[in-house]
Amino acid sequence: MERIPILKMGDFLLVTIQVDLYDQLAENLESDLINTIKKFSSKGVLIDISAVSIIDSFMGRILGNIAVMSKIMDAQTVVVGMQPAVAITLVELGLPLNGVISALNVEKGMELLRSKMYNSNDDEEYEYDDNE
Amino acid sequence: MTTRSMSTTTTNKEEIFIVREQDVVPLRNRVKDYALAVGMSILNQTKLITATSELVRNLLKYGGGGKVLIESVVNGRDNGVRVTFIDNGPGIADVSLAMKDGYSTGKSLGLGLPGTKRLVNEFDIRSEPGKGTTVMITKWKNG
Repeated sequence: MERIPILKMGDFLLVTIQVDLYDQLAENLESDLINTIKKFSSKGVLIDISAVSIIDSFMGRILGNIAVMSKIMDAQTVVVGMQPAVAITLVELGLPLNGVISALNVEKGMELLRSKMYNSNDDEEYEYDDNE
Repeated sequence: MTTRSMSTTTTNKEEIFIVREQDVVPLRNRVKDYALAVGMSILNQTKLITATSELVRNLLKYGGGGKVLIESVVNGRDNGVRVTFIDNGPGIADVSLAMKDGYSTGKSLGLGLPGTKRLVNEFDIRSEPGKGTTVMITKWKNG
Protein backbone atom coordinates (compact mmCIF):
# COMPACT_ATOMS: atom_id res chain seq x y z
CA MET A 1 0.00 0.00 0.00
CA GLU A 2 1.29 3.46 -0.90
CA ARG A 3 2.28 5.60 2.10
CA ILE A 4 3.61 9.08 2.68
CA PRO A 5 6.92 9.03 4.57
CA ILE A 6 7.12 10.63 8.01
CA LEU A 7 10.60 11.87 9.02
CA LYS A 8 11.65 12.39 12.63
CA MET A 9 13.69 15.52 13.29
CA GLY A 10 14.40 15.85 16.99
CA ASP A 11 11.15 16.69 18.71
CA PHE A 12 9.38 17.26 15.42
CA LEU A 13 7.96 15.17 12.62
CA LEU A 14 8.35 16.30 9.04
CA VAL A 15 5.96 15.24 6.30
CA THR A 16 6.49 16.34 2.73
CA ILE A 17 3.61 15.38 0.48
CA GLN A 18 5.10 14.98 -2.99
CA VAL A 19 2.20 13.22 -4.68
CA ASP A 20 -1.38 14.16 -5.34
CA LEU A 21 -3.53 12.97 -2.50
CA TYR A 22 -6.42 10.60 -2.75
CA ASP A 23 -8.71 9.54 0.04
CA GLN A 24 -7.02 6.34 1.19
CA LEU A 25 -3.57 7.93 1.13
CA ALA A 26 -4.79 10.86 3.23
CA GLU A 27 -6.49 8.52 5.71
CA ASN A 28 -3.31 6.44 6.06
CA LEU A 29 -1.30 9.59 6.68
CA GLU A 30 -3.70 10.62 9.43
CA SER A 31 -3.37 7.36 11.38
CA ASP A 32 0.38 6.98 10.68
CA LEU A 33 1.04 10.48 11.97
CA ILE A 34 -0.90 10.04 15.17
CA ASN A 35 0.86 6.73 15.85
CA THR A 36 4.25 8.28 15.13
CA ILE A 37 3.57 11.19 17.50
CA LYS A 38 2.87 8.63 20.20
CA LYS A 39 5.92 6.53 19.34
CA PHE A 40 8.43 9.40 19.55
CA SER A 41 6.51 11.68 21.95
CA SER A 42 6.83 14.34 19.25
CA LYS A 43 6.02 17.93 20.11
CA GLY A 44 5.40 19.23 16.64
CA VAL A 45 4.35 18.17 13.14
CA LEU A 46 5.30 20.07 10.00
CA ILE A 47 3.35 19.18 6.87
CA ASP A 48 4.70 20.57 3.62
CA ILE A 49 2.01 20.68 0.94
CA SER A 50 3.87 22.84 -1.58
CA ALA A 51 3.74 20.05 -4.17
CA VAL A 52 0.02 19.38 -3.68
CA SER A 53 -2.04 20.86 -6.50
CA ILE A 54 -5.47 19.74 -5.28
CA ILE A 55 -7.08 19.74 -1.86
CA ASP A 56 -10.77 18.96 -1.86
CA SER A 57 -13.16 18.80 1.09
CA PHE A 58 -12.14 15.29 2.13
CA MET A 59 -8.41 15.97 2.18
CA GLY A 60 -9.01 19.35 3.80
CA ARG A 61 -10.97 17.63 6.53
CA ILE A 62 -8.10 15.18 7.06
CA LEU A 63 -5.68 18.10 7.49
CA GLY A 64 -8.03 19.59 10.06
CA ASN A 65 -8.34 16.23 11.82
CA ILE A 66 -4.57 15.87 11.99
CA ALA A 67 -4.27 19.32 13.60
CA VAL A 68 -6.94 18.53 16.21
CA MET A 69 -5.74 15.00 16.95
CA SER A 70 -2.10 16.02 17.32
CA LYS A 71 -3.15 18.78 19.68
CA ILE A 72 -4.89 16.22 21.85
CA MET A 73 -1.60 14.29 21.78
CA ASP A 74 0.17 17.46 22.93
CA ALA A 75 1.81 18.20 19.59
CA GLN A 76 1.38 21.27 17.37
CA THR A 77 0.74 20.95 13.64
CA VAL A 78 1.84 23.54 11.11
CA VAL A 79 0.91 23.25 7.44
CA VAL A 80 3.33 25.01 5.10
CA GLY A 81 3.61 25.93 1.45
CA MET A 82 0.00 25.92 0.32
CA GLN A 83 -0.27 27.03 -3.31
CA PRO A 84 -2.29 30.23 -3.78
CA ALA A 85 -4.77 28.56 -6.16
CA VAL A 86 -5.38 25.82 -3.59
CA ALA A 87 -6.02 28.38 -0.84
CA ILE A 88 -8.50 30.31 -3.00
CA THR A 89 -10.27 27.13 -4.06
CA LEU A 90 -10.56 25.83 -0.48
CA VAL A 91 -12.19 29.04 0.73
CA GLU A 92 -14.63 29.16 -2.20
CA LEU A 93 -15.46 25.53 -1.61
CA GLY A 94 -16.43 26.51 1.92
CA LEU A 95 -13.57 24.93 3.84
CA PRO A 96 -11.44 27.71 5.36
CA LEU A 97 -9.42 25.17 7.43
CA ASN A 98 -10.14 26.87 10.73
CA GLY A 99 -7.88 25.51 13.42
CA VAL A 100 -5.08 24.65 11.04
CA ILE A 101 -2.00 26.76 11.70
CA SER A 102 -0.06 27.57 8.57
CA ALA A 103 3.16 29.22 7.49
CA LEU A 104 4.46 30.24 4.09
CA ASN A 105 7.37 27.82 3.87
CA VAL A 106 9.25 25.09 5.74
CA GLU A 107 11.70 27.52 7.33
CA LYS A 108 8.98 29.76 8.75
CA GLY A 109 7.02 26.70 9.79
CA MET A 110 10.01 25.42 11.78
CA GLU A 111 10.44 28.81 13.45
CA LEU A 112 6.79 28.81 14.33
CA LEU A 113 6.93 25.30 15.81
CA ARG A 114 10.01 26.14 17.88
CA SER A 115 8.48 29.32 19.20
CA LYS A 116 5.33 27.41 20.09
CA MET A 117 7.35 24.81 21.97
CA TYR A 118 9.38 27.24 24.01
CA ASN A 119 6.52 29.61 24.65
CA SER A 120 3.89 27.01 25.37
CA ASN A 121 3.06 28.73 28.68
CA ASP A 122 2.43 32.14 27.21
CA ASP A 123 0.72 31.20 23.98
CA GLU A 124 -1.56 34.20 24.07
CA GLU A 125 1.27 36.69 24.09
CA TYR A 126 2.89 35.27 21.00
CA GLU A 127 1.75 36.45 17.63
CA TYR A 128 3.20 35.02 14.47
CA ASP A 129 3.53 37.52 11.67
CA ASP A 130 3.84 36.09 8.20
CA ASN A 131 3.26 39.35 6.36
CA GLU A 132 6.83 40.50 6.56
CA MET B 1 -24.28 35.45 -14.09
CA THR B 2 -23.57 35.05 -17.80
CA THR B 3 -26.20 34.38 -20.39
CA ARG B 4 -25.11 32.28 -23.30
CA SER B 5 -27.31 32.54 -26.31
CA MET B 6 -24.96 30.77 -28.68
CA SER B 7 -24.92 27.03 -28.63
CA THR B 8 -22.07 25.06 -27.16
CA THR B 9 -20.21 22.64 -29.37
CA THR B 10 -17.88 19.84 -28.41
CA THR B 11 -14.49 19.61 -30.10
CA ASN B 12 -12.92 16.71 -28.28
CA LYS B 13 -14.20 14.17 -25.78
CA GLU B 14 -13.56 10.93 -23.97
CA GLU B 15 -15.25 8.65 -21.47
CA ILE B 16 -13.62 7.25 -18.37
CA PHE B 17 -15.14 4.52 -16.25
CA ILE B 18 -14.81 4.93 -12.51
CA VAL B 19 -15.19 1.83 -10.41
CA ARG B 20 -12.68 2.23 -7.59
CA GLU B 21 -10.85 4.94 -5.73
CA GLN B 22 -7.65 4.31 -7.69
CA ASP B 23 -9.43 5.59 -10.82
CA VAL B 24 -9.74 9.07 -9.31
CA VAL B 25 -6.17 10.34 -9.73
CA PRO B 26 -5.95 9.36 -13.45
CA LEU B 27 -9.31 11.08 -14.00
CA ARG B 28 -8.09 14.27 -12.32
CA ASN B 29 -5.00 14.14 -14.53
CA ARG B 30 -7.09 13.76 -17.70
CA VAL B 31 -9.29 16.71 -16.73
CA LYS B 32 -6.11 18.70 -16.17
CA ASP B 33 -4.87 17.76 -19.67
CA TYR B 34 -8.11 19.09 -21.14
CA ALA B 35 -7.88 22.28 -19.06
CA LEU B 36 -4.29 22.84 -20.18
CA ALA B 37 -5.27 22.25 -23.81
CA VAL B 38 -7.77 25.12 -23.72
CA GLY B 39 -5.22 27.36 -21.98
CA MET B 40 -6.99 27.61 -18.64
CA SER B 41 -5.25 29.56 -15.83
CA ILE B 42 -3.81 27.68 -12.84
CA LEU B 43 -6.59 29.00 -10.62
CA ASN B 44 -9.39 27.88 -12.94
CA GLN B 45 -7.68 24.53 -13.46
CA THR B 46 -7.47 24.06 -9.70
CA LYS B 47 -11.14 24.93 -9.26
CA LEU B 48 -12.22 22.58 -12.04
CA ILE B 49 -10.09 19.68 -10.81
CA THR B 50 -11.22 20.20 -7.21
CA ALA B 51 -14.86 20.19 -8.37
CA THR B 52 -14.14 17.00 -10.32
CA SER B 53 -12.61 15.43 -7.24
CA GLU B 54 -15.69 16.25 -5.14
CA LEU B 55 -18.14 14.91 -7.70
CA VAL B 56 -16.24 11.74 -8.48
CA ARG B 57 -16.24 10.94 -4.76
CA ASN B 58 -20.03 11.24 -4.74
CA LEU B 59 -20.18 9.04 -7.83
CA LEU B 60 -18.18 6.33 -6.05
CA LYS B 61 -19.68 6.73 -2.59
CA TYR B 62 -23.35 7.20 -3.37
CA GLY B 63 -23.64 6.03 -6.98
CA GLY B 64 -21.49 2.91 -6.65
CA GLY B 65 -19.29 4.05 -9.52
CA GLY B 66 -20.19 5.09 -13.01
CA LYS B 67 -18.75 6.91 -15.96
CA VAL B 68 -17.33 10.36 -16.51
CA LEU B 69 -17.40 12.20 -19.81
CA ILE B 70 -14.76 14.88 -20.38
CA GLU B 71 -15.30 17.35 -23.23
CA SER B 72 -13.54 20.34 -24.71
CA VAL B 73 -16.34 22.78 -25.46
CA VAL B 74 -16.58 25.98 -27.47
CA ASN B 75 -19.23 28.64 -27.11
CA GLY B 76 -18.69 31.61 -29.37
CA ARG B 77 -15.24 32.87 -28.53
CA ASP B 78 -15.06 31.06 -25.22
CA ASN B 79 -13.32 27.73 -24.71
CA GLY B 80 -13.86 25.51 -21.75
CA VAL B 81 -14.02 22.06 -20.29
CA ARG B 82 -17.20 20.19 -19.45
CA VAL B 83 -17.23 17.16 -17.19
CA THR B 84 -20.32 14.96 -16.80
CA PHE B 85 -20.69 12.39 -14.02
CA ILE B 86 -23.18 9.62 -14.69
CA ASP B 87 -24.15 6.92 -12.21
CA ASN B 88 -26.95 4.38 -12.00
CA GLY B 89 -27.13 4.52 -8.23
CA PRO B 90 -30.09 5.14 -5.94
CA GLY B 91 -30.45 8.77 -7.01
CA ILE B 92 -31.23 11.78 -4.83
CA ALA B 93 -34.75 12.06 -3.47
CA ASP B 94 -34.68 15.83 -2.96
CA VAL B 95 -32.17 17.58 -5.20
CA SER B 96 -32.94 21.08 -3.91
CA LEU B 97 -32.27 19.90 -0.35
CA ALA B 98 -28.98 18.31 -1.44
CA MET B 99 -27.97 21.65 -2.96
CA LYS B 100 -28.36 23.47 0.36
CA ASP B 101 -25.20 24.50 2.18
CA GLY B 102 -24.64 22.30 5.19
CA TYR B 103 -26.80 19.40 4.12
CA SER B 104 -25.32 15.93 3.98
CA THR B 105 -26.47 12.34 4.27
CA GLY B 106 -22.95 10.97 4.50
CA LYS B 107 -20.31 11.61 7.10
CA SER B 108 -18.75 14.45 5.13
CA LEU B 109 -19.16 18.11 5.96
CA GLY B 110 -22.04 18.68 3.61
CA LEU B 111 -20.26 21.21 1.47
CA GLY B 112 -20.06 18.81 -1.45
CA LEU B 113 -22.65 19.97 -3.96
CA PRO B 114 -23.13 23.69 -3.12
CA GLY B 115 -19.38 24.14 -2.59
CA THR B 116 -18.67 22.44 -5.88
CA LYS B 117 -21.20 24.63 -7.67
CA ARG B 118 -19.32 27.74 -6.51
CA LEU B 119 -16.14 26.50 -8.20
CA VAL B 120 -17.54 26.19 -11.72
CA ASN B 121 -19.46 28.37 -14.19
CA GLU B 122 -22.24 25.97 -15.05
CA PHE B 123 -23.69 23.29 -12.84
CA ASP B 124 -26.55 21.03 -13.77
CA ILE B 125 -27.85 18.13 -11.71
CA ARG B 126 -30.54 15.64 -12.65
CA SER B 127 -31.53 12.76 -10.49
CA GLU B 128 -34.23 10.17 -10.45
CA PRO B 129 -34.70 7.97 -7.39
CA GLY B 130 -33.89 4.37 -8.26
CA LYS B 131 -32.36 5.30 -11.62
CA GLY B 132 -29.32 7.41 -10.94
CA THR B 133 -27.78 10.84 -10.95
CA THR B 134 -26.12 12.93 -13.66
CA VAL B 135 -24.12 16.02 -12.77
CA MET B 136 -22.70 18.25 -15.49
CA ILE B 137 -20.18 21.00 -14.77
CA THR B 138 -18.54 23.47 -17.15
CA LYS B 139 -15.59 25.71 -16.49
CA TRP B 140 -14.83 28.37 -19.09
CA LYS B 141 -11.26 29.36 -19.79
CA ASN B 142 -11.97 32.93 -18.74
CA GLY B 143 -14.82 32.09 -16.37
